[in-house]
Parts: sequence; C-alpha cells; structure tokens
Amino acid sequence: MTTVEQGTRTLLSVRNVVKHFPIRSKGLIRRQIGAVQAVSDVSFDIGEGETLGLVGESGCGKSTTARVVLNLLPATSGEVLYKGQDLTKIGRGEMRGLRRELQIVFQDPYASLDPRLPVNEIIAEPLRIHGLYSDGGRDRVRRLMQTVGLKPEHGNRYAHEFSGGQRQRIGIARALALRPKLLVLDEPVSALDVSIQAGVLNLLDELQSELDLSYLFVSHDLSVVRHIADRIAVMYLGSIVETGTAEELFAGPAHPYTQALISAIPLPDPRKERARERITVVGDLPSPANPPSGCRFRTRCPKFANELSDAERTRCVEEPPALVERGQGHPVSCHYAERRALL
Amino acid sequence: MAEEIDLSPAPGARGVRGDVVLEVSGLDVTFPSADGPVRAVRGVDYALHRGEVLGIVGESGSGKSVTSMAVMRLLPNTAQVKGSVRFDGRDLLTLSEVEMTRVRGSRIAMIFQDPMTSLNPVYTVGAQIAEAVRAHHDVSKQAATERAVELLDKVRIPNAKDRASSYPHELSGGMRQRVVIAIAMANDPDVIIADEPTTALDVTVQAQILEALAAAQDETGAAMVLITHDLGVIAGQADRVMVMYAGKPVEVGTAEDVFYTPRMPYTLGLLGSLPRLDRPSERLTPIPGAPPSVVNMPPGCPFGPRCPKHTARCDESEPELRVTTGPGHLAACHYAETLAGQEATDVFASEVADHEALAGLAAAAEGAGTDGEARA
Repeated sequence: MTTVEQGTRTLLSVRNVVKHFPIRSKGLIRRQIGAVQAVSDVSFDIGEGETLGLVGESGCGKSTTARVVLNLLPATSGEVLYKGQDLTKIGRGEMRGLRRELQIVFQDPYASLDPRLPVNEIIAEPLRIHGLYSDGGRDRVRRLMQTVGLKPEHGNRYAHEFSGGQRQRIGIARALALRPKLLVLDEPVSALDVSIQAGVLNLLDELQSELDLSYLFVSHDLSVVRHIADRIAVMYLGSIVETGTAEELFAGPAHPYTQALISAIPLPDPRKERARERITVVGDLPSPANPPSGCRFRTRCPKFANELSDAERTRCVEEPPALVERGQGHPVSCHYAERRALL
Repeated sequence: MAEEIDLSPAPGARGVRGDVVLEVSGLDVTFPSADGPVRAVRGVDYALHRGEVLGIVGESGSGKSVTSMAVMRLLPNTAQVKGSVRFDGRDLLTLSEVEMTRVRGSRIAMIFQDPMTSLNPVYTVGAQIAEAVRAHHDVSKQAATERAVELLDKVRIPNAKDRASSYPHELSGGMRQRVVIAIAMANDPDVIIADEPTTALDVTVQAQILEALAAAQDETGAAMVLITHDLGVIAGQADRVMVMYAGKPVEVGTAEDVFYTPRMPYTLGLLGSLPRLDRPSERLTPIPGAPPSVVNMPPGCPFGPRCPKHTARCDESEPELRVTTGPGHLAACHYAETLAGQEATDVFASEVADHEALAGLAAAAEGAGTDGEARA
C-alpha cells in the first residue's frame, strides 16, 4: 500500500479495490463464463494538496482504478474512503453532493466537450447542475477562463474553434468550477504536442499550489509523472507493483518491471541515451482474464528469465508477492526486489 | 540570402557510410482547400547517405509525414508536388506509375504508424510477406514462404514458422509492427522510411521495435528516414536530425549539434518543454502560442509570433537555413548566434498563469466554501 508522507493529512483512501468485468457467453442466456480482472486489490492514499501519479502501460487498469475512485464504475469489492464515507456504498443523492469535491479531466479534449455548447456554457454547466449559477456564476466563469489562460471574451465560441491545448484548459476550467478538493486527471496531456503539453503541466502545478488541490494523475508517461507527482504508484496487470516518492522511485527502482519501464523510455540526450543500460522485457501483456499464477509479471520478467535459480522461480510461480517494504526503502511487490540505479 | 549551403553531413559524423542514395531538393507540396491553398511542405532539401539514419522531428502539422508521402508518391492526385527527388540517377517525381511501383517496396520501403491498417486482415502474415517478396522477385510460392519465415525470425518473432500462419488480429500491436518491418526488409531496400513506427505502442514494446528496426537496417544496409515527434527516440536512433516547423526544415545537424547546441529558438523551446526522466522536476518552459495556419501564411519567419528573439527584421523575410556552429549544422534564424550557451530557461519565460485571477478564485473559494456549507 502507498500512504501519504508524515505531516500530510489524508484526503482519500482506497482500500483493497477490486474491479472485475464479466465475460459472458454468446446466445440468449449470456451466462457469465469468466471475468476480466481489471483491478486486483489496489490500495493507496492521497494526501491534501498532494499528487499521486498512477503509471503503467495500456491495459494495466490505471484508468479503471481512477473511475472506481470517482464511483463512475461500481467496485466489485473494496472501499474508497472520503471524509469518513465509503463512496462505493453511499446512495446516488449523497454521491451527487460529493461530486462537487471530486472532479475529473479526461484525456481527449475533442471528445469530452459538448460540441453544441459555447465554452462559457460548458464551464457553467456544473454550476447550473448544482444550483450555484445564479449566485455570481457569470463572473465565476469569466474568472475561471482567465485562470486557465483563456480570454473571457472568447466565451461565446464553440469548442471546435479552439486548439487541443486550449480545449484541455477548458476541461480543466470546467473541473475547477465547483471548487473541488480532488482532481482526477486521466492522461490529461497525452493528446497534446510537447510545446503545448508543457503549458498545461505548468498550469496544473500553479493551480495546485494556489487552490490546495489534490491530484490523482493517471498517465503512461513516466517523464510527465516524474515531473508532476509527489508520490508514484506503478501498476502492472491490475496491481500496484511498486510505490514510493518520485525521488525515491527514480533513484532506486527495485521492481524488475519498474526498472524495465524506466530503461525503456528514451532520453532526449544522444550521448546518455546511446550509452544506457537497457533492461528489456520479453513478450506481450498476458490476458487479464487469465493472469499468470503467483507473480503476474513473471512471464515477462527479465530477472525471472535470466537471474533466478529453479528453486527461486518456484516461489514466483506459486506465491503472489505482497506489496510491502522489503528493505529497499519503499514498498515493492517482488520476492527478489533489488534497487538499481538506472539514470 | 543566396548563400551556398552544404547539406552533406559533417565529416566524421557517426554512421555515414558512403554515397548519397536519396536526394530531395526544393520539395514543395500544396493541397487545395476551401480556404485557399494549404502549403503543407514549403521547400525541403535533404541528402540521405547510405547506412545513415536521418531523423525528422516536428509537431503535428509540421509537414514531416507529407514530405515522406511525397517522396513515395503516395499523396492524392489533388496534391501539387514540386521539386525533385533523385534516387538511383532518376527523379522519382517524373516516373510513370508503373515505374514507380517497381521502386516502391523493393528499393524504398515504408513503415507506417498503425500496423493494423498497413496489414490486410484477411490474409495470414506469412502470405503477406511472401506476397511482398513475389511482387518484386520471380520466385516460387514455396521459396517466398520460406523467405517469409526467415524474415519473421530476423525481426525476432518467436516460433516464426507457426506465427507465419497467424492472421494480424491474432498478434499484439508490437508483433504486428514486427511483421510490417519484415515486409519492409523483404526486398533488401536501399531506403527505409519509417513514419512514427512506435507511436501507437507502449514504451517497453517501443524499445523492442526500435531494436528490430536497427536490426533491419543492419541486415539490409539501408539508409533510414525516421519520422517521429519523440525527441527521445530521435536522440537514440538518428545520426542526423532535421527539425521541421510549418512545412520547412528550421534546423539540420548531427544529433549532437541539435540536442547540445541548438541554434534555432524553436528547437531550444522544444527541448525546454520536455519533462525529463533523468532530472528531478524543474519548471518547464512551454513555447507560447500555437503553430501558424499554413493557409495564407504571412511573410517572415513562421516561428516569429511565438519567438522571444523576434524583431521587426523577422517579419520582413523568412530566414533561410544557414551554416551555424559547423559546416553540417544549419539553422533558419537571423539570431542563431545569440543562442550560444543559452538554456531554454534563459530564452523562454516560463509561462505563469494569471495570478490575479487565480488569487481571486482562491479567495472566492474560501468565501463561498463557508456559504456553501451553510446552505447545505
């Protein structure tokens, strides 16, 4: 599990969350014949004013986790604790009240904005839904647009008249409209060119320090996560395999998957990049409907393939490694965890 | 600005082995549109040498893909293409369609971003590779199939023999892209053009594919044009780099030149916008504004409106590529020399949100927060 640093108050706790999607048979009865184990026993805390980066490759369950946290998808089991309440168990009415404080920004700024509404209406919509617009809503929308770096006089334009970066700013303004405590950012800069992406990241930095927001930042891009996150949780096939502060995790990644991930990311520095040690994983992601026994990473693990004895391997096959502190300075779910300096 | 420009690589540059195989000069591509002509490519020149990797980098809309589509003559008929593409003593732009078909796939191979759309879903991958072999060589079906298995093995597909009878949908994205690379290698091409070959893939798979590409290049001895928006991929793979902006190369040089001593503010800005894996978090310096529309471009430097070095001189005429730190290092900026020794943070202001508005919002949040609670 990954917990907040000392001196930070916990805002939201996720405990043993599991999310399975049923696989049904064809035909009339559509009997359940299996389950895609998208999220398997994930736990973490997010502190006030803190950013937790949830990182992993496609299909690792990071976006599903984010949606379960916001109760946009019902959890199969587990708890999401916010202000002493378990979000997975409360009623719709109560959840609606809490939605003000828990907001999301989606990846695709082209699909997540209503094409038929002018921008000031898009940003005003959450205020209207919660009955807050009549109380100075117009003014607030103008201020929100200004804050995210848009001109308030462009409020009458439609989303298609804006560039990708500007649209993402509109999405952020909409998410901020209700003064949330937690923003879930699901790949918020992945669709943007780098020169535009940098502006959005800087904006998120500033909003956080000024408005004391907490972020759950979901991304496949470790460089971006290193830049923005205080703490990082690395996911693989539905589970967190390693977690720690950003500094700690990059100084000494101890899980073979984290090591492979870090060493696979090309550095924009020709001499460094060509001289780097590579740790490569083999093969492809196993099906989450039928994950490997024991350690889920073992089928692709370079350590399992090259360094371990047969006796050691048996343990990987039979016993799922728990995510605990193993003398590596931070929790890691590998029986044979070993810190390595890779950068 | 009629300076003599040397587009050949700096002597001693890494990986330069021999003669020019492909020479693009004055390439210009215009598409008609309802708003007027779109000048997607506005004068691209480069010479590709045997065995080298030329990386073309730029953001969306910079013209990097259109350049290569024009070289391969794969653009729709409505596109107006000017200039010349010298390959093997001929100008590809003047060949008949029949002659061009003989060049495509056999002498110049292309790898696209999305392997699912470059493969045919109703044929096995083995049959598709064999088809590529037989398209340019008069060999038996069986010999072609054997060659297909051999090629699958070369791009490190495990159990190549079994895999040859798989359909594309049965393979993962990484495996599919290996098949596409195998097809590109099939006829021992002189040039491989790879257009964003790893963009659709996860990073761990990307690393595998980049290895397979390097292996394909070694095996065939081909020169490669690698098009990508990822500066990290360029840094690892390219011998020489061409940075494109608004349809034109704005900086050309060895990878070392471009990454360590950029002489075009745009390049410096790109490097400053990148969050770095190998350094603790520092402030990013985004490039303000957005790339210009390539319809009815005003005169002057296309990067001018976003450039901190911008002066009246930049609006008068578009700066040409000119020699900067060394003979092979060119940049299209009047003020290239002023970038010597400067970091992105010295040149670009790190953009700050509207602090007044932000403070107002924070204050309003406090005030209204209590209101809200009272109301609830």
